[in-house]
Amino acid sequence: MRKMIEVRKLTKRFGLKTVLRGLDFEVQAGEFVALLGPNGAGKTTFLRILASLSRPSMGKVKIAGYELPGQAAAVRARLGVVSHLPLLYPDLTAQENLEFYARMYGIRHHASRITQVLEMVGLQARRHDLVRTFSRGMQQRLAIGRAVLHDPDVMLFDEPYTGLDQDASAMLDDVLKTVAAQGRTVVMTSHDLARAEDLATRFDILSRGAIAASITRDSLGKDNLLSFYKQALAA
Amino acid sequence: MNPRSSFLRAVAAVAWKDLAAELRSRELLSAMLVFSLLVILIFNFALELDIATRRSVTSGVLWTTFAFAGTLGLNRSLAVEKDRGCLDGLLLAPVDRSAIYFGKVISNLAFMLIVEAIVLPVYSLLYNTNLFHPGLLAVILLGSIGYTAVGTLLSSMAVQTRTRDVMLPILLFPVAVPVLISAVKASSGYLSGAAWEEILPWLNLLIAYDVIFTAIAFMVFDYVVEE
Repeated sequence: MRKMIEVRKLTKRFGLKTVLRGLDFEVQAGEFVALLGPNGAGKTTFLRILASLSRPSMGKVKIAGYELPGQAAAVRARLGVVSHLPLLYPDLTAQENLEFYARMYGIRHHASRITQVLEMVGLQARRHDLVRTFSRGMQQRLAIGRAVLHDPDVMLFDEPYTGLDQDASAMLDDVLKTVAAQGRTVVMTSHDLARAEDLATRFDILSRGAIAASITRDSLGKDNLLSFYKQALAA
Repeated sequence: MNPRSSFLRAVAAVAWKDLAAELRSRELLSAMLVFSLLVILIFNFALELDIATRRSVTSGVLWTTFAFAGTLGLNRSLAVEKDRGCLDGLLLAPVDRSAIYFGKVISNLAFMLIVEAIVLPVYSLLYNTNLFHPGLLAVILLGSIGYTAVGTLLSSMAVQTRTRDVMLPILLFPVAVPVLISAVKASSGYLSGAAWEEILPWLNLLIAYDVIFTAIAFMVFDYVVEE
């Protein structure tokens, strides 16, 4: 199977503070990896480096065969990112937001692709409404639509459930399952172990800037994720 | 798609997005405009001078107004992107990041020129001074280009700091001193009917400043916006 993400001895420092300490990480094409860990473990920093929003202090990062930061534009073309902020413009309509990002990504004949994406996230009927009139859940669904617009190979989700109510979270589950079923490689950070257990095929525990433990869904067996998580953090 | 056309397409997309959003919200333009009109009104009452003296202070009053209003717009333009996380959305696009800078410069320049286009006739009425000399308008255009070129770069730095509202003027005014001085000198030269030879060095300085700072911003913007 093809390696989609390859990280070797990644270190990130902010001044005197070291956030990531020689982290090694690999994801095969089509895997759905849940990156779990307590606050301050370095999950968001790690995802920002993968997204080329932050430069590593040391170490190697390769995504879809392209190296960061040298081939960042090629990496970004194959990457879709969803964070707890929707990265959308509230004074533009849903369609205008997607048109803007389609232009930024150089998507040709984007009208049909936008319709397809809006149908996927269930916002076709609201396409001409301003994003500022959307609920948090609708904004997050549109954010996923924005992230998959250019048909990326790799998707990064940073705490996508933050601030969502139960209905919106359940709807987001369906959209995430659709995204994963399309064969994309997914890395998602989350504090919600139950949701991660439901969605991911592999679980990596990040603690104090390094991967403390990793297990696949098949290997998890009867042990539930919570006990595995607690053991990994206690070690 | 070739790199040049993808670059230009991204520049146009960023500028279009800013203008379309501003057309709906009018947050930024209204703040800049109200501020500018208040400044020239305050100066009008503060400087109760004869017509000749008024003419001599015109360029200083105008550029003080443009500089403060411009700072207000520059700060807001990048702060809006940062607060909503949209700056990350822009940086995630697979384009040369200087395209984002140029798109922002175009929209910021458009906002500044719109405000100037409204302020100039109001100022002409209040101060009984004709400001519609082609030369003066060219100076205002060149000065505004220089101010937004350096201001957009510095506001993308300031927006990363916790004290961004006060940080931009602190960073911008010392760096923008050459553009402001040369714009004031060239403007007052046109208004006082000075000889072309007296105005030319200031115009040259303005053009050189515009070119140098645009080139610097083109080279360093990627490093400024990345963590």
